Amino acid sequence: MADLPKDPADNSTNTEAPRRKRKPIGWSMIFIAVLVAISVALVWRRDGIHGVTEILFSDLELFGGILPRVLAGCLLGAFIAEVLPHDKISRSLGPESGLRGLLISTAFGAILPGGPFTVYPVAAALLTVGADFGAAIALVVSWTLIGYGRAIAWELPILGTDFTLWRIALSLPIPILAGALGRIVYGHLHPKGTTK
Amino acid sequence: MSPSAALFIDITLWGSVAVLGFMVWRRGRAAALASAREGAMDFINIVPRITLGVIGAGYIAAVIPSEVFTDWLGPDSGWMGVLAATIAGAVTPGGPVIGFSIAAVALKVGGGTPQVIAYVISWALFAFQRLILWEIPFMPSRFVWFRAAVSLPFPFLAAALSMAIGKP
Repeated sequence: MADLPKDPADNSTNTEAPRRKRKPIGWSMIFIAVLVAISVALVWRRDGIHGVTEILFSDLELFGGILPRVLAGCLLGAFIAEVLPHDKISRSLGPESGLRGLLISTAFGAILPGGPFTVYPVAAALLTVGADFGAAIALVVSWTLIGYGRAIAWELPILGTDFTLWRIALSLPIPILAGALGRIVYGHLHPKGTTK
Repeated sequence: MSPSAALFIDITLWGSVAVLGFMVWRRGRAAALASAREGAMDFINIVPRITLGVIGAGYIAAVIPSEVFTDWLGPDSGWMGVLAATIAGAVTPGGPVIGFSIAAVALKVGGGTPQVIAYVISWALFAFQRLILWEIPFMPSRFVWFRAAVSLPFPFLAAALSMAIGKP
C-alpha cells in the first residue's frame, strides 16, 4: 500500500468500487446480427461467394488493426474510473452537477485522445462511477463533434480548413445543449430516486 | 488514415494509458492489478460484440450505394434538403473517408452549406456504422437510444445557424 496518510473516508482503493455489470446480449445485438445476415445474403446473391470472402478478409484485417486500440481504450476506462475519486465524479458529473458538469464533460470529450475505442469505454466507466446520462451525452457528443482527432486525421484533408473550422464553430454549443436536454428529459422520465 | 496520423493516435492513446497506469500504480499494487484486470475483462467481453460489428459493417456498407447521397444534398433544397441531409448522414455506410468525401463532393457540385453542415453533423451524431460497431457494444443500449433521441434537433439547429449567419 502507498505510504500516504490516508483519509479514513477514502475507501476508493479498496475493492468497494462498484463492479461493472457485463452487458447481456440484448435486442440491439440481435437486430444487428439480423441486419448483417441479410446483408451477407444480398452480397452473396450479387457477387457470389467471392464477394463475400473478399469483404470478410478486408474486415478481418481492419479488426486486427483495431484490437490493440480497443484494449488500450478498455484499460484507459478502467484506470480513469480508478484514479478519479467516485464521490468527486458524482459531484462533478452527476445529475446535480449543473452547467459546470456539462462543461467539464464537453472539455474532456474534446481533448480525449484516441478514437471510438477510447471514448465509449471511458463514457461507460464514468456512468458506472457516478456520472449521469446528461454528462455522458455531453462527453460522447463533444468527442464526435469537436474532438480534434477525427478533424485532423480526416475532415481537414478532405473538406478543407474553412469548412471544417466553420462546422466546428457551429457545433461548439451542441454537446452542452444535448447534455442539458438529456438531463431535462431524463428527469421527466425518471422523477427523483428512480435513477440506476 | 495517413500513417503519421495513425502513429499520432497510437502515441497519444498508449501514452495516456501509461500515464494513468502509473497514477494507478502509485496508489498501490493491489489497486493497479485490480483495475488492470477490470480493463482486461472489459476487453475480453467486448471482443465478441465488436467482432459482429466489424465483420458485419463491411457487408452492410456493401449493399448501400453511397453515390446517391450526393444528390440529396443539392443546392436550394431548403429545409427539405436539411431533412434529407440528416437522414443521409445517419444511413451513410463506411467510415470517415466516405462520410467526409460525400460532403466534399456535395460542396463541389453546388450543395448548400447548411445542408452539408447538417449532413456532417448528422453523420457525426448518428452514423449507423459507428453506433453498431462501437456505441452499442460499449454502452448500455438504453443510453445509446436515449442519446440518439436527444441529439435529433441538432443537425437542424446547426443548419438554421448556418442559414442565419451565412457563409464564413
